Amino acid sequence: MGAGHAHMLYRHGSSPVHALPPHTKLTAVLAFVVVVVATPRTAVWAFALYAALLGTVAYAARIPPGLLLRRLAVEVPFVAFALLLPFVARGERTDVLGLPLSVDGLWGTWNVLAKGTLGVAASVLLAATTELRGLLLGLQRLGLPPLLVQIASFMIRYGDVVTDEMRRMRIARESRGFEARGVRHWGVLARSAGALFIRSYERGERVHLAMVSRGYEGTVPLVDEVTASRAQWSYALALPLSALVVCLLGWTL
Amino acid sequence: MTPETPETPETPKTPEVSAARASEPPSLEVSRLAFAYPDGHQALFGVDFRIARGERVALLGPNGAGKTTLVLHLNGILTAGAGTVKVAGLPVGRAHLAEIRRRVGIVFQDPDDQLFMPTVREDVAFGPAAAGLRGAALQDAVDRALAAVGMAEYGHRPPHHLSFGQRRRVAVATVLATEPEILVLDEPSSNLDPASRRELADVIRSLDVTVLMVTHDLPYALELCPRAMVLGDGVIAADGRTGDLLADEDLLRTHRLELPYGYRLTPRNRRG
Repeated sequence: MGAGHAHMLYRHGSSPVHALPPHTKLTAVLAFVVVVVATPRTAVWAFALYAALLGTVAYAARIPPGLLLRRLAVEVPFVAFALLLPFVARGERTDVLGLPLSVDGLWGTWNVLAKGTLGVAASVLLAATTELRGLLLGLQRLGLPPLLVQIASFMIRYGDVVTDEMRRMRIARESRGFEARGVRHWGVLARSAGALFIRSYERGERVHLAMVSRGYEGTVPLVDEVTASRAQWSYALALPLSALVVCLLGWTL
Repeated sequence: MTPETPETPETPKTPEVSAARASEPPSLEVSRLAFAYPDGHQALFGVDFRIARGERVALLGPNGAGKTTLVLHLNGILTAGAGTVKVAGLPVGRAHLAEIRRRVGIVFQDPDDQLFMPTVREDVAFGPAAAGLRGAALQDAVDRALAAVGMAEYGHRPPHHLSFGQRRRVAVATVLATEPEILVLDEPSSNLDPASRRELADVIRSLDVTVLMVTHDLPYALELCPRAMVLGDGVIAADGRTGDLLADEDLLRTHRLELPYGYRLTPRNRRG
């Protein structure tokens, strides 16, 4: 079993970035992304500076560049459409390798790619340096409704249990000679999914029973209060504040 | 090979101890408890018994005898159609459900149902925190409960990464943390390998708490509980020394209970 599937984004470490309280990191990432998005797209040098800032954070967190780049791949499906912009946008045209492309569209592509990549990179750094549980505690600290935090906690706790159940059902199917090959077998898979749903639903009822037996009355008491010192806040907010300076320069220069 | 006869490792409590505790209210007192499910199926037909403080009692019965139904009455999850349940003198009812649920620690059969928080420590803290404990007192309660089951080093682990036996022991810790009057274990030995089974038995024996153990694992009942009750057809069909009940072949046969192959209780055990 080892590390569960739910925690694979986290990279264990003891860097100063890992040590920061989760809610300061969440705030820092959110503010950083807002600042990046607010930067004029023509200030190309500003985006280079943002990338350098993130590079510094990654270095401080001892996250290998290779890992960071590999994880950036998640954005590919989302930015694919941005590559179409130069072909479909209207307005002034320019020739690139013999293709007439829209100038405005090219800027649009650059805008989406640069801002998207920076946002994803910041999130990847956050996920790699903060445990899932910490993220939830941080969100709760920042005022996310406790009910949502409870639901997310149960997803973390029971994700592995349900995945395990699914795996056992698959093994049981295959042990009886079943192999999903094509549409004709979808019926069997659908019935397995239905059975899994009912099992999970019944488990939910049993879990609720166990919770009520131990005094649950609608709220999960907060055991781990996360707190941050002024120094930790200023350390975490150094990233968005430096970004803000760059952004303001981008607008004025 | 000659079948082995297991020793009874437990000597029942001496009369002096019982006398000293006679003045306290019993940990659990169930009288004329009857219950029918909404669909009309009647599961309990007037159950009567008392468990004194510090006793360890096995509740034996085949699947479907109403054991789980009875257990769910002990902390007010199900409400009796007739009759009463008292925990250390306090009647189970709407008025003080929170206190009742603190006093009655139920350990359910599947630890994955019991352990619902992301980490072991938070799970053990759930009960005492729900009861209002915070800070150092909460930390103390958690540490003590985990130490009592020998899992002190596993506080920060997610339950899914523990072995089944470890999860079962943590499940015991989650209810110990509220310092219950009575510990109710539902099939504690199910799915355990022999070593985990023994480790859990050691833990249960080391606890200074009243225990009601619901099971059809007869050797485990004999090993841990000096006294046993047989629940059959919704009533207590027999109540006595575990060794005596298990030596009564007719009783066992009537209630679909069987000792494992090779077990036979001799008069020596009956005496114990």
